[in-house]
Amino acid sequence: MVYLTRKAEFSASHFYHNPEFSAEENRRLFGKCNNPNGHGHNYTLEVTVKGEVNPQSGFVVDLKQLKEVLECEVLSVLDHRSLNKEVPEFSKAIPTTENLAITIWQRLEPKMKIARLHRVRVYETADLFVDFYGEP
Amino acid sequence: MKAHLTRRYQFSASHRLHNPELSDAENRATYGKCNNPYGHGHNYALEVTIAGQVDARTGMICDLMELDSFVQRQVLDRFDQEHLNALPQFAEEVPTTENLCAEVFRLLEPFSSAQLEKVRLEETMLNSFEYAGGAELKI
Repeated sequence: MVYLTRKAEFSASHFYHNPEFSAEENRRLFGKCNNPNGHGHNYTLEVTVKGEVNPQSGFVVDLKQLKEVLECEVLSVLDHRSLNKEVPEFSKAIPTTENLAITIWQRLEPKMKIARLHRVRVYETADLFVDFYGEP
Repeated sequence: MKAHLTRRYQFSASHRLHNPELSDAENRATYGKCNNPYGHGHNYALEVTIAGQVDARTGMICDLMELDSFVQRQVLDRFDQEHLNALPQFAEEVPTTENLCAEVFRLLEPFSSAQLEKVRLEETMLNSFEYAGGAELKI
């Protein structure tokens, strides 16, 4: 089994707010991230796939295909977007780094052909990242 | 759904690697430059990984401010700008980064809002150590 990781970058804005909570509770829970005008990050995404090396091609996965899937399913949807306002998954869910990693996994996983998706890692900043392995 | 969150912190400290049970020559042979009696320092980078279910109401594993203040209290306040050999944790243990990494794990293990999964400690950009409380590391 070989693991292959592809990196990508995207920039997006978001804010954290749960309408079920009072304004005060939202501010207490989410701090500065509750600013309704939003703020942005340069996110770094690492997608790790795993599989056996194909003896003919020497590949675990066709990297060209993986890049296309990443572009189509993730980057074109998230890059230079307001996560709260333009990404359907975040019309209800709060666009935290945890939920971003889960959303990216859910978008990529059904599109995997030969290799299997192993891990989605999303860096919100250099000091904060989340890993999601598809665990329930 | 279960996610794993890693937060990165920094602290600076000095240490000397020396075991009083060994002779001076043995200490020099074992620890090399790190045995210098005047000690030396590092800018340590600490990565703390916690795991848990993502709370549907907050979208988070736990309150990040809670994690930050716990790490501040338990680790950064204790070790930042200190000489590790002078601290009670290292009265009888050589303050190698292996031992420091395990000690940091023990100090953070009581965190109650999520499960502590792993601690990763960079001594320099070239050396890093990971400890998951005896468990195998998750790739």
